[in-house]
Amino acid sequence: MEISFKHVNFDYQAGTPFEQRALFDVDFTIPNHSYTAIIGHTGSGKSTILQHLNALLKPTEGEVWIGSEKIDDTTANKSLKPIRKKVGIVFQFPESQLFEETVIKDIAFGPQNFGVSEKDALEIARQTAAMVGLDENVLEKSPFDLSGGQMRRVAIAGVLAMQPEVLVLDEPTAGLDPQGRIDMMEMFYRLYREKGMSIILVTHNMDDVCDYAEHVIVVEKGRIAKTGSPKELFKDMNWMLDKQLGRSTANQFFSKLVEKGLKTDANPLTTEELTSFIIAKYQEANRC
Amino acid sequence: MLNQVLLGRYIQGDSFIHRLDSRTKLLATFFFIFIIFLANNWVTYALLFAFVFLAIYLSQIPVNFFVKGIKPLLWIIIFTVGLQMFFTTGGTTYFQWHFIQITSFGIVNACYIFMRFVLIIVMSTLLTLTTPPLSLADSIEAILKPLEKIKFPVHELALMLSIAFRFVPTLMDEAQKIMNAQRARGVEFGEGSLVQQIKAVIPILVPLFVSAFNRALDLSLAMEARGYQGGEGRTKFRVLKYGKHDVYVFVAMSCLTMALVYLRG
Repeated sequence: MEISFKHVNFDYQAGTPFEQRALFDVDFTIPNHSYTAIIGHTGSGKSTILQHLNALLKPTEGEVWIGSEKIDDTTANKSLKPIRKKVGIVFQFPESQLFEETVIKDIAFGPQNFGVSEKDALEIARQTAAMVGLDENVLEKSPFDLSGGQMRRVAIAGVLAMQPEVLVLDEPTAGLDPQGRIDMMEMFYRLYREKGMSIILVTHNMDDVCDYAEHVIVVEKGRIAKTGSPKELFKDMNWMLDKQLGRSTANQFFSKLVEKGLKTDANPLTTEELTSFIIAKYQEANRC
Repeated sequence: MLNQVLLGRYIQGDSFIHRLDSRTKLLATFFFIFIIFLANNWVTYALLFAFVFLAIYLSQIPVNFFVKGIKPLLWIIIFTVGLQMFFTTGGTTYFQWHFIQITSFGIVNACYIFMRFVLIIVMSTLLTLTTPPLSLADSIEAILKPLEKIKFPVHELALMLSIAFRFVPTLMDEAQKIMNAQRARGVEFGEGSLVQQIKAVIPILVPLFVSAFNRALDLSLAMEARGYQGGEGRTKFRVLKYGKHDVYVFVAMSCLTMALVYLRG
């Protein structure tokens, strides 16, 4: 499902003395079945864009197209439910959305809201729980008895259980331990690869951007500053640093090599690219 | 929805009113609301309005903020004013239908009630717009200080107040966040039958309570870790101080009261 923003402006508290514009003429397209990263420093409007992706906010001016549905400021709230099923959002620290008595009921809550029968919803919940790596024996526990990492998994499972076509993730790994972080990110990547889900990732972590995303949208002060693939964006390193966005760990290491006098056109962004680059260089040097 | 509420919002500024001691503002507002009930004819109400406009002018806050403050309460005002208008007897009767009647007394009374509402709302909005919530809590503590003599827990009350004030916006944000998360999971708020609407509140209330409990736990731990042991022997960072401006307010209030007593019919 394709999502596109057409000249979207958005004001917070429109029509009050506290009116504040958050988005200025935002225009971009997220293609069907893609892995998109939205980056930009704090307060740039990422979260505002995110809430437009399933019509939690409606544009003050302009249009948002979600699949074949058009959303503008006149769209009635009643027609939004089908959209919410297609676009699942995992908010920052999603564990704060848990409320049911048991883990399994909480995961099944989403599907039931969209008309799935209780029996089917519980079955879906069971499968999704396995997918996010939750043990069978926690399913009947209260979500408030779990550890932080497990709660996060339950919350994410709750969104995945709605079987959305597009999955929006707002800093899904913030506050997780390193292994949990890798597990999570790999799971999302599998969903993208194997289940054909579109993924939209909002993050500050440039490693994740370089490792997974194919398409990056840079937001600055409520405007789209740049779009393109990670390769294109990180080519202009000074521009990225100027926007306070930084670079991936592998790329930082690589720039140290360049400082030491390595001459090359390559610009590896991920650890894999960096290692294969170094191996190639090493073999080249040995051959001579 | 939640951000429409103007009450309790503070607007940064550096006007005459902003610089007043918060105790003065709090007491003056209470006193003003009290003396509104002295007014009982057009001249006295005009005087009160003039005073309120002077206060708004001195605060340098645009008038439309106050109009917005009245808006959410409009239905209550209309309801009360309507009751006064249709059910007061006396004077010339202009219209009568069974027990509903419009009389000259009714119209005048309705006008008075309406003006009272507006004056009270505007004055309390002025107080909250020009006083940061924390210094309001400080001033309540200072004003209640004498009650310590009768073993009233003034410090504890003030502490609870300032923590509550501090966390109102945080909890509002939290509520908004949870609401959004649940809407993304297919919960509809404000739609369907009454039972459905009440059921839709559970997915917000439970997480909100849980997070409030967790927050309370974290906060109390953090306070103890920083050596908090209750009010005994604590010094103050924000010291309230009366200035000459506060004297002007005192004088103005006395003059206003005397004028009202003199002019009331």
